[in-house]
Parts: sequence; C-alpha cells; structure tokens
Amino acid sequence: MSQSSSLWSDAIRRLFKNKAAVAGAVVLIVLIVLAAFAPWIAPYPYAYQNLDLGASPPSSAHLLGTDVLGRDLLSRILYGARISLLVGFIATTVALVIGVSWGIIAGYAGGKVDSVMMRIVDILYGLPFIIFIILLMVIFGRNLWLLFLAIGAVEWLTMARIVRAQVLSLKNQEFVLAAQAMGVSNFAMFKRHLLPNILGPVAVYATLTIPQVMLLESFLSFLGLGIQPPMSSWGTLIKDGVESMEEYSWLLIYPGLTFTITLFALNFFGDGLRDALDPKTSE
Amino acid sequence: MLGIFLRRILLAIPVLIAVASITFFLVRLAPGGPFDADKAVSEQVLKNLNEAYNLNAPLSEQYFDYMSGILVGDFGPSFRFPGRSVTELIMTGLPVTFELAIYSMLIALFIGILSGVTAALKRNTFLDYIPMSIAMIGICVPTFLLGPLLVLIFGINLELLPVSGWGQLPGDKILPSLTLGFAYAAYIARLSRGGMLEILNQDFIRTARAKGLSEKMVVIKHAMQGGLIPVVSFLGPAVAGLLAGSFVVETIFQIPGLGRFYVEAAFNRDYTMILGTTIFFSFMIVFFNLLSDIVALWLNPRSRDT
Repeated sequence: MSQSSSLWSDAIRRLFKNKAAVAGAVVLIVLIVLAAFAPWIAPYPYAYQNLDLGASPPSSAHLLGTDVLGRDLLSRILYGARISLLVGFIATTVALVIGVSWGIIAGYAGGKVDSVMMRIVDILYGLPFIIFIILLMVIFGRNLWLLFLAIGAVEWLTMARIVRAQVLSLKNQEFVLAAQAMGVSNFAMFKRHLLPNILGPVAVYATLTIPQVMLLESFLSFLGLGIQPPMSSWGTLIKDGVESMEEYSWLLIYPGLTFTITLFALNFFGDGLRDALDPKTSE
Repeated sequence: MLGIFLRRILLAIPVLIAVASITFFLVRLAPGGPFDADKAVSEQVLKNLNEAYNLNAPLSEQYFDYMSGILVGDFGPSFRFPGRSVTELIMTGLPVTFELAIYSMLIALFIGILSGVTAALKRNTFLDYIPMSIAMIGICVPTFLLGPLLVLIFGINLELLPVSGWGQLPGDKILPSLTLGFAYAAYIARLSRGGMLEILNQDFIRTARAKGLSEKMVVIKHAMQGGLIPVVSFLGPAVAGLLAGSFVVETIFQIPGLGRFYVEAAFNRDYTMILGTTIFFSFMIVFFNLLSDIVALWLNPRSRDT
C-alpha cells in the first residue's frame, strides 16, 4: 500500500508542476461550481423571455447580450453548462463501468473467454457508431437519458482494451499469484488487488473521454437530434448562434468560446494527468 | 501475410450482415408507421400505401426481401420522395460527398504530415511548438463551430469566399474542405510527429546516417516509411469521422451530399432512406478500416513475412 500511495503522491507532485494541467484543473473547478450553482448565480431564469428586447448586444443588464427571444445569453450558457457537463460525466461513467468490468473479466479470465470478448470489441470498433446514435435518437425520440446511455455505450471500447492490457500484465505478478494461492475470492481479487492498480490509466482515459463525449452530445444537439428546447446545452446554443450569426455574432462567439475553453481545459488536464502518472510517455 | 488478409475479409462479412440486420429491425421497432407525419390520409389510402411498399407482408419475408435486395444494390423505394429509389438518392449524393472527403483528406494529409514531420525534426523549437499548439486548437474546436466561424470571417466579414453551395460559384469548395480537413490535419500532425520521433531514435536510422546518407534521404526514404504507419492506421477510422463531419459540413454549407440527405432523412423519418444510408455507410466504413489495416500491415516490414 505504501508503494501505491507514493506513486500517487509523486504523480500529484508532477501534476502540480505542469502549468497547463493546473490551469485546466482551475478552469474546470470554476466551471463545475458555476454550473452547480447556476440557479443562484445566473442573473435570469434560462427560459425567461423579454421579447421587447429581442437580440441585443452585450450590455450592463445582460453581460453577454440576449438571443432573438430576449433571453439572457449568460444565464443560458450557465444552465447549458449543467447539461453539457452532466452529459460528459454521466456518459463517461457509463463507459467507465462497462469498459472496466469488460476489461477486467476478459483479462482475468483469459483463454477462450478473453478472445471472444475482445473479438466482440474488435468488431464493435469497426462500426459507424455515430450513425447508430443518430438512428437511436430518431427511433426512440430525443430522450436525455437515452442520450447518456447511447453515448456511454459507444465510448467504452477503448477503456475495455486499456483495462484488459493492464490486467494481463498484473495477472502474473507475485502479489496476485500469492493472493490466488491464499484462496482470495474473485470479487475480493478485483476489489483489493486489481482495481487499485488499474486506477491510474483508467483515470487518465476517463478524463480524456469526457471531452469526446461532450463533443458527441453537442454534435447531436447541433444537428437538432440532441437536447430539445427550451433546455439548452452548449451544442444547442451554438446551433442557435449559427442560425443568427450574420446579424448577431455574439450569439455564436460566446457559447463557442466557452465550449472551446472547456475542451481545452479537459484535454490539458487529461494530458497532464497522463504524463504525471506515466512519466515515460512525457519523454 | 495473405492469411491475415483473408481472415480480416472473412471476419468483415458476418459484421456486415449483422449491421444490416440490426439496422433493419431497429428501424422496424420505430413507433408509428412511415406515413404518420403526412396529412391525415384515409384508411384506404394508408392500406394501399402499405400494400405498395410491401409493409403488410410478414416481417421475415420483408427481411429476406430486403437483404437479398441489398446484395444487388437495391435499397428499396424512398418513403418521402415517391418514385425515387434509395439507391438513386445515394448515387446522387455520393459523388459530392466523395469529392468533399477527398479534398479534405488531401488538405489534412498535406498540412498534417508536413507540420508533424517538421515538428519531429525540429523538436523543442518554435517549429515544433507552434504547429503543435495549432493542432491542439484543431482538436478542441469542433467542426460545427469552426465552419460557421470561417464563414463569419472569410464569407461575411471579408467577403472573400462564397458562404454556401458546391460547384456553383468559384471558390465555394474551399471553406467546406478546409472546415472538414482541419481537425484531421491536427490529428495527423500529432500522429506523424509521434511516429517520427519513435523511428528517429532507432538503430537503422543511425546506420543510415553513419553510412553518409543525406539528412533528406534519411528522412524521406527511411524514417517516413515507418514513422507514418500510425497515420495510415488512422486513415481507416478517419473515414467514419469524415462521414460524421460531412453531416455537419454539408448542413452548414448547404451542400447536396449524402451527409445532408441522411440528416434530412433522419428529420423526415424517411425510414427506408435512413436504413439504406446507414447500411451503405457501414459498408464503406468496414471496407476502409479493412483497407487501412491491410496497408499498415504491408508497410510494416516486421509483419510482412509472418
């Protein structure tokens, strides 16, 4: 245990030295807090319309301006953050649960089970998932939870591969063999011995999955197949912004900027985490 | 080597059958009939429509009809465009999407490899940092944001390039191809930088240098062949991404390609069209994955003689 805690404290020390990663983490924390407290922070309710105002450029009453229905853009971005981040985290969790269990079982069981399970992953890899998600959204309606599930169900494949590779390399190490010899049950083996040792790569990959998932959600919302009005995610805001960008460019620029900054922050943090946990890759 | 190819090809067949079947039944699961959204049609008309599109036959019969149709490239009639077949619609949109994809890929390969290889050779100089920072932007800015921004800058503010269409005005192909290609240029730059860095440290490169080859020869003849294998492996999966990108780019720039047809079909619930294009896309993706696997295997001397 002392070895694993020193690995983590080393990693955290390296992470703090990486300025881009720290900046990313700070941006993310601020965003999460803003999103969580959006109902108290946002100056207006997200669906509050002031039709007399129409689309107005940024002013002191509306810091980022208003959209064509006179809704406050800043408030809508803050509420949109809730949806976008929620999709990011929940869909990633779905991917995490499926991918980690799949990878651990395949890697630990080995033999036929392993080759069948990994062959399934190979096959699924070759499929056009984006098209299937669109198909699902068309057929079953544009349901938020379905969206989480569908995106999560797509993103677990790489996770399964990473976890399996880790488990394979752990499986023959002395401490696992010793635990087996002492008759530790499969479940205890996963919980006590395997899981703590694959946490690093899993954490890294999860951080890098979140931006992928958020991109996917906003892509669907942009096509009109994701989040439905009056709710807004960043994807729908960008879509609305594109529709009126000729006259009201701020409606595109601010949501786009927020989204891009968030993706940057997530990627920088993820890269930093990877370098911190695995110093070899940063060479 | 040949064995690996054959195994890959054989594996692709059940995958394609599974994809076609799953899609077929998924679409049949959809609530409501294909004619629900139209103006209320009388009972008799509905019956005739169902008759005409063979929707009254048992599901198994419909399934086998459809599957045998696919084999000869027949995806059935379109529900929304009476008198036109899905195959016809696909063939109308495909050349446009294909052209868009080719231009984007050429842009991506040219910019990506050039900057990636340069970055690897001039490691830790500004020729490394600047392209790699731009690549990070390319990866973080989604296509559906980059496209409109380019339109806003070059189309509306500077009035340099047309903002929509395909092949109607001079230069109207530039912005869509650039939009679609940029993200790939970024990925390819990163991949080729990584691949080159790995190769440049290897012994055979040192040997090549030691025997007095010019740096240009070392890079072009020895390093790039191995260093670009990751790029080749990436090209297959990139086709899937290009298709998804074409949905967005064709919607933004109002290009009459397959991607836009697909998105429209999804909105109109044109089930046969969705079904047909989904299966068609899947076939293409599986095919290109196969192709890029084979080329990557063939390029890698270590796997050549196994």
